[in-house]
Amino acid sequence: MPRLFASGPTTALPHRDQKRTHTMRRLLPFVKPHRRDSILALLLVVLITAIELTIPGLVQRIIDFGIAERNISIVRQTTLLMLGAGLVSALLTVGNTFFAVRVTSHVSAELRSALFRKIQSFSFSNLDQFHTGALMVRLTSDVNQLGFLLLMSLRVFTRAPLRLLGSFVLMFLTNRQLASVIFLLLPATTATVFLITTRGWPLFGQAQRRLDRLNTVLQENLAGVRVVKAFVRANHEKARFEAASTDFMQDTVQAMRLFSLLVPTLYLFVNCAMAAVVWFGGPRVVGGRMTEGQLVAFVNYLLAMQFPLFLLGTMATVYSAAQASSGRILEILDTAPGIQNQHGARTLPHVKGRVAFEDVSFSYSQQSDVPVLNGVNLIAEPGETVAILGATGSGKSSLVHLIPRFYDPTAGRVTIDGIDVRDVTVQSLRQQLGVALQHTVLLSGTIRDNIRYGQPDAEDEQVVAAAKAAQAHDFVMDFPAEYDTEIGQRGVRLSGGQRQRIAIARALLVKPRILILDDATSSVDAETEAKIEAAVQRWMVSGTTFIVAQRVSTVLRADRIVVLERGSVVAVGTHPQLLASSSVYREIYESQLGSGGAADG
Amino acid sequence: MASRTPSLQTGRNPFRRRPDHAQGPMLEKPRYIRSTALRLGTYLRPEAPALLVTSSLVLLNTALGVAGPYLLGLGIDQIADPPKLLQLTLLALTVYGLHWVSQYGLSYIVAAVMQRVLHSLRRDLFGHLQLLSLRFFDRQPHGQLMSRLTNDIDAINQALSQNLVELASSALSLAAGLAAMFALNRWLALGSLTVLPLMVLSTVGLGARTRKVYRELQAQLATLNGRMEETFSAQRVVQAFGQAASSIEAFEQDNSAVLVTGMHASLVAMLLQPLMSVLQHVEVAVVAGLGGYLVLRGLASIGTIVTFISYVRLLTRPLRQLGNLYNSLQAALAGAERVFEVIDQEPELVDAPQAVSLQDIEGQVVFDGVNFSYLPGLPVLKDVTLSAEAGATVALVGPTGAGKTTMVNLLTRFYDVHDGAIRIDGRDIRSLQKASLRQRLGIVLQDTFLFSASVLENIRYGRLDATDDECIEAATLANADPFIRRLPEGYHTQLSERGSNLSQGQRQLLAIARAVLGSPSILILDEATSSVDTRTELRIQQALLRLMEGRTSFVIAHRLSTIRNADQVLVIHEGRIIERGTHAQLLAQRGFYYNLYMSQFKGTNAS
Repeated sequence: MPRLFASGPTTALPHRDQKRTHTMRRLLPFVKPHRRDSILALLLVVLITAIELTIPGLVQRIIDFGIAERNISIVRQTTLLMLGAGLVSALLTVGNTFFAVRVTSHVSAELRSALFRKIQSFSFSNLDQFHTGALMVRLTSDVNQLGFLLLMSLRVFTRAPLRLLGSFVLMFLTNRQLASVIFLLLPATTATVFLITTRGWPLFGQAQRRLDRLNTVLQENLAGVRVVKAFVRANHEKARFEAASTDFMQDTVQAMRLFSLLVPTLYLFVNCAMAAVVWFGGPRVVGGRMTEGQLVAFVNYLLAMQFPLFLLGTMATVYSAAQASSGRILEILDTAPGIQNQHGARTLPHVKGRVAFEDVSFSYSQQSDVPVLNGVNLIAEPGETVAILGATGSGKSSLVHLIPRFYDPTAGRVTIDGIDVRDVTVQSLRQQLGVALQHTVLLSGTIRDNIRYGQPDAEDEQVVAAAKAAQAHDFVMDFPAEYDTEIGQRGVRLSGGQRQRIAIARALLVKPRILILDDATSSVDAETEAKIEAAVQRWMVSGTTFIVAQRVSTVLRADRIVVLERGSVVAVGTHPQLLASSSVYREIYESQLGSGGAADG
Repeated sequence: MASRTPSLQTGRNPFRRRPDHAQGPMLEKPRYIRSTALRLGTYLRPEAPALLVTSSLVLLNTALGVAGPYLLGLGIDQIADPPKLLQLTLLALTVYGLHWVSQYGLSYIVAAVMQRVLHSLRRDLFGHLQLLSLRFFDRQPHGQLMSRLTNDIDAINQALSQNLVELASSALSLAAGLAAMFALNRWLALGSLTVLPLMVLSTVGLGARTRKVYRELQAQLATLNGRMEETFSAQRVVQAFGQAASSIEAFEQDNSAVLVTGMHASLVAMLLQPLMSVLQHVEVAVVAGLGGYLVLRGLASIGTIVTFISYVRLLTRPLRQLGNLYNSLQAALAGAERVFEVIDQEPELVDAPQAVSLQDIEGQVVFDGVNFSYLPGLPVLKDVTLSAEAGATVALVGPTGAGKTTMVNLLTRFYDVHDGAIRIDGRDIRSLQKASLRQRLGIVLQDTFLFSASVLENIRYGRLDATDDECIEAATLANADPFIRRLPEGYHTQLSERGSNLSQGQRQLLAIARAVLGSPSILILDEATSSVDTRTELRIQQALLRLMEGRTSFVIAHRLSTIRNADQVLVIHEGRIIERGTHAQLLAQRGFYYNLYMSQFKGTNAS
């Protein structure tokens, strides 16, 4: 049954993409270190199957030699043999399970590890491609899917075909003619499984899409509850939901009905085969060409084939799901980190903080014809506070993202003290920078741990000093646990402004040479913002500070204001200078603060 | 878990999240099994006729399932008698054919029945969600609510669609099988039975042990997953501060813990299979050995042995599934419990019995000594009194968290006041029907919410019976028409989830168009802080001015132009109105407002 309301990618949809047929093979290197255990597991499977295949033969023995010859000791003996075989096969199964589990658990852990490490090397451009949800699915559901396939392959999935093959061979050896009657069984079963599976998949795919639609309606009603209530649309939404639910129901039933043909049909085939065996075998036994025991053995072989045949259907499913999963995992493993240390990259020496943008152009992707930044030239001297002003999409965040090499320019270069940032190691570069990003992200833990994230061994005085500069100290002390207050999922919920101030403190703590505040005070009220700016100026007295903002009020006090519009610098100067000389700046100022503002107060 | 015998009745769905070795079974325990089961049963009641047919088919299935092996055994005993053999073979084929029909028929009917039951359950749930108050939605992250609901309904789905019928079938097969065995040959039946209690004991015993081990695993998985999710969400911060190495270290610790516990859990879980396997082999051995002995004593036939070997499979299959079934049903009941919890939630502020519908209104709004708090002991609004003339624009200003949004919530009756009253045209809003009140209010919020439908449909949300032309007219008034026409499919462009294929400014304009269409008498606006380009900003301002003309408007103002044009400015600080007047009057007072204005708009430090 399709999962109702399942959010996230549909794990098991088959890919029609032909080049994925070899995808799973590429993950085999993860199994290689566990070659020994895997081979042992498989060997045990062969042994187990061999032993289990003797059971019908032993029953045959009881009938042909024990009963037919009225030899009760043979009956007793063979029974003990059967018990013994059962016991041995059970022990071997425990062993097989042990090795299979060990291999699978390790491979899964190693896959997870490889994925996690890869993601830790991801650059911003890589992260733009893969959202958290997508990453999580790969590390949980997809890894589990592959692990499941591996586990089954080392156990049941190899056992089944071996059993089938073994049964056929033994039947063939027992009585050639009778065995040929059964030969129709295998192709009939395979054809059935194939037909039903290939026709069923698209139906389930359709149902899954309807499910997504249903989910969306529910999600929208949860997220947009105010709108729904404000416009009094409850009945409208109920009708929408009902329609989506009905569609989903119908598609699901259709798909389920198709798939439910599988098992009864396979049952029918096996049963008819048994009837055929008795019908054709009977005269043979009577005519003396076969013993009764052999006939019974045939029936037992068929009975033993039931389970493996059913398994064929499941195998196709699991294999298909695993294919899809491995494709997704390889997507991550194949991704080259967007930003890497170049050959011969050296450590960045202690810089003064002169940042220069030399004819810098940038766009997020190759196919974008409109560059985000277009030939920007800008120099910021140590001790300066440079503000970058512009509307959404003007490129201001992108500009400052080039300094810590979150992205690389597509043309031109960014230098610090004359050194191209690409010539030094990323680690040494970022160590001298402090960044407060546009979307504040804090980690779960204490406030103290969050502030000293960039330098986990920082002293308490340093933490407090940074917090004071960021105007966060006061509200932190209002909490009963002060700096030990837990924030995050299970902790206190901070307001937007409080979070931003912690993020600023975090950036300040590392005593950076260059500080970047990207719209970092948007949730902070104007009065506090002014205090922060003053404190930051004192903190960064000899370093360089970049402030990115949309609100004119934020940039009024900067040493230099750079106005960006559609990726190009259109004006540079102080606030009074720009008011006088730049129409663009004036337009922005007036739209935000109103004309005649200077006339008030 | 261990044995994965295919479901007999219904087709297996590959999409279903399986309780595999990695995560173990869903381990939920319902609190009130009986009442929840009964309640779930009420959803089955409308399907009574179909369920009757289902039960008959289950019985038929069981009978045919028992008849098959019996006929096979008879056939083997009659191989010397061709006409008799022919008879039996034909009979057997008929039985097999009927069995196919009844098996498929069962799945066919059950599929539709159960999906219908789920459909009505979903519908009731959703319908009730519409009635719940905002407080319910604000109380929990809706992602959590959503995943809770989806997982729970999924669990119920599995139980109803598969497990219930499987349980019935298995139980009946067990009973029928045992009865048939005893009817056929008492001694052989007794012999087979010796192993049965052992099987039951091992399933139950191992089941408890397995659940315990998996609980531990799930706790560790929760930790691992939680940390991974947080790291990925914060990945940019990790890169910015160069903390990748310590992330990896912390991860490896969690990963190793999961590895060890996972192995342990899997091993324990998979012990069941070889155990059952050995017991099954013992049973077959007993049947063969004892059977052989009985044949020699003339107390049984070879055919009987064959029949009994088949019956052994019939008996052990249900036992192997017992553990899975138990867990699934538990999870389903636990899930149903939570779903019913939501359905049992008190709906939001119910209309008073004599609530009137609001006809045309002038738009005079009065807040009279209003007090309110979201949580007891933490008052958000304290003794708020204000009066707005019809058609006046009232600007609300003040620091974040001061109570401005709350005033909006109260006016729309998303929440009700604790003390005091809010009156429209002299009438207490609590005496009005919520629906009619909200229809006369127009609301444009800061966080614009749009649906994943076409632009036209989103605008039409303001008034469902509006014609296309009326929608376009509203869009024109809202200054949204120009940009809409430039979209790839104009008004029929499909918006992606939450309208994210439009810019923030464009979404605001659409929201204004939506509000315009509703022709509200009273307008409530929460101005977005300007993260919008200049041109769109001017358009929005113009549209808003047009919208506010002639309507009583409450604006949570951030734009100086809005405040300057307002008829009345209310300064709200810590839940109280501390200053009121026009912009000019307030500036002259040189009080709180003056300071706010100076620091925000003039760029000097507040004194």
